[in-house]
Amino acid sequence: MLTAVLLIAALTAQPPLRWGGDAEGGAPFVEADPRDPSKVQGFDVEVAETIAHGLGREAKFVQVAFASIDQSVARGDFDIGMSGVEDTPARRAALAATIPYFEFREVLTVRKEDRQRFRTMNDLRGRRVGTLGGTIAYEVLLNPEHGLTAVSYDDDVHPYEDLRSGRLDAVLLDNVIAARAERRTPGLVTHPEAVATGYYIAVLARENHALRDQVDKILRARMADGTLEKIYRKWEIWDDHQLRFFARSGGVLRGPGPDSREGVSQHQLIRYLPSLFRAAAITIALSCLAMALAVILGISIATGRVYGGPFIRGTLTVYVEVIRGTPVLLQLFVIYYGLAPVIRLPAFVAAMAGLGLNYAAYESEIYRSAMLAVPHGQLDAARTLGLSTLQSFRLVRAPQAFRVALAPMTNDFVALLKDSSLVSVITVVELTKQTQIFAANIGSWVVPGAICAAMYLMMSLPLSHVARRLERRWSH
Amino acid sequence: MEPLTVENVALSLGGREILRGVSFAAGRGEIVAILGLSGGGKTTVLRCIAGLEPLERGRISMGEGRPGMVFQHHSLFEHLTAIENVMLAPRHVARLSPSEAEKLATELLELLGVAHRRDAYPRTLSGGEAQRVAIARAMAMNPPLLLLDEPTASLDPARRSDLGQTLTRLAAAGSTIVLTTHDDEFALQFAQRVVILSEGTVVEEGLPSEVLKNSKHPATRLLLQRVHEGEA
Repeated sequence: MLTAVLLIAALTAQPPLRWGGDAEGGAPFVEADPRDPSKVQGFDVEVAETIAHGLGREAKFVQVAFASIDQSVARGDFDIGMSGVEDTPARRAALAATIPYFEFREVLTVRKEDRQRFRTMNDLRGRRVGTLGGTIAYEVLLNPEHGLTAVSYDDDVHPYEDLRSGRLDAVLLDNVIAARAERRTPGLVTHPEAVATGYYIAVLARENHALRDQVDKILRARMADGTLEKIYRKWEIWDDHQLRFFARSGGVLRGPGPDSREGVSQHQLIRYLPSLFRAAAITIALSCLAMALAVILGISIATGRVYGGPFIRGTLTVYVEVIRGTPVLLQLFVIYYGLAPVIRLPAFVAAMAGLGLNYAAYESEIYRSAMLAVPHGQLDAARTLGLSTLQSFRLVRAPQAFRVALAPMTNDFVALLKDSSLVSVITVVELTKQTQIFAANIGSWVVPGAICAAMYLMMSLPLSHVARRLERRWSH
Repeated sequence: MEPLTVENVALSLGGREILRGVSFAAGRGEIVAILGLSGGGKTTVLRCIAGLEPLERGRISMGEGRPGMVFQHHSLFEHLTAIENVMLAPRHVARLSPSEAEKLATELLELLGVAHRRDAYPRTLSGGEAQRVAIARAMAMNPPLLLLDEPTASLDPARRSDLGQTLTRLAAAGSTIVLTTHDDEFALQFAQRVVILSEGTVVEEGLPSEVLKNSKHPATRLLLQRVHEGEA
């Protein structure tokens, strides 16, 4: 009997409501529960639970990178995405979006000593202002009217650290994020005036509009009955703005509907092309400079390892093994953020140094084995002819090693070209990052992805071609 | 002073005793052939004379300058043409002008009969051609002594005879030549003196006709027997 009841219960039970968010974004949106890191907490968590409860389902959290929420929900990784997801026309066009459930303001945070100097966007002309990439705030900063340099980050913690250390003059972000940063980072102050106003929404796959309509109904009801207010008060994000927003709300707040989907217009494409070309130029410049550094250092390391004494050989071997054994992302973070208290490198320089130092380890191995590939008999012959060690290196070993090394070196340069996309984590906007911004803003990856891929191929194919030709010419 | 005197030279490599007191001498214009079984230390003796191995014990004295060496596998510089191989040391060690170095190299290649291959890269040369380019390269610095490691090893009989005549010509012009070989016929025909090396010591030394025809020494007889069985 009991078994039958359980069986019926199991069969009729609703599947859990899987909702995706980024716990790395942290409190008060979603963060790991300090008492039980396997659980999450935050106001978005409670809103999700409220929605799930209204549907008679259990809420189940799925971790997803903030920048990937839209794509993940569209491909069905979870039913509903939320954690500070902004209401934008592109999002509404690409996904089934709910009514807004929270009104936020884009606010400026500055260092305390700049409180008077930098009050408005106009005060920041010619300055560097940071924010989260792919957000409304970033779009605001990119508006050429402001005449400032927009710096995009992948997370909402490092902009404030760079503000404190002097790399930025201001950060423009959601007031909820700014308030948290102000508490966490001493020496910062946030101006209360809103530069822009936005709304958080939840997103579902386009075909999921029936579920979306149910969620809208639940959200309206919970605004009306004070459930959301209670949650917001608990997380100290309730203010008069929310009161007025709730009063106005009730569904009228829906932005441009899915019908307004326009696809990728010619106009948008033309608007983004120049920035894509600029980003491609940055990718090329960065790759060339990093490769030059890698080649010079690589030759030095390889020469030291082949000709040096035990101490030099040992030190260089440790360098090569440490660099090859750790992720380049970690190295970039350490150079850009870790060294900041000692030396505050500009992002581009840090990116070049990071990639260059990393690739130097790989290049040095190519050069080392190329040098060892020159038969020892030739070096003996050079010695019996009276050539000094330096002459034998310069006239006999290096020219032959160079031919052996050139093809793998060219391959590495192509790899570096693609690895250069990693430097977006330290705020350098190169081709891939620019494409991501493009895609986020128009709500589709198809056209930006194709253009980006074409640009990478235009850069890498000629190199691969040259590598193959040289390999053929010198293979014997 | 003799062009070359080797006295009581000893050397261990990787913990193994290779040479245990080798002594012999070579006179001006002489061709000296060192014969021995593989692993007997022939190549090591040449490398010691060439200054490629540090001596543990003993003394090597020779005339002014650095001996020229022709390696068994020639060890030509693969990225340079035949004439560039010969010109390298005159250009960068003797500091001759490019035209002087080229003139010298051309003369040497002509002397050795490979001038027609001057612009060929080593990988396109035949074994005999590569060897003659290597001899020209070793001669370019006008060495007091020319060392050749197993020069007969990869040559057919006709080429072997060519090589012997070439070396005889160089010796007649005043060069002193020390070579290692397995080939007792070659030594008999072209050398003025033979040195039999076995297990790191000189067991016999003298005129080729005496040492190679009427040897009483068991090591020499074993060597000749092995050579003629074709397993040396």
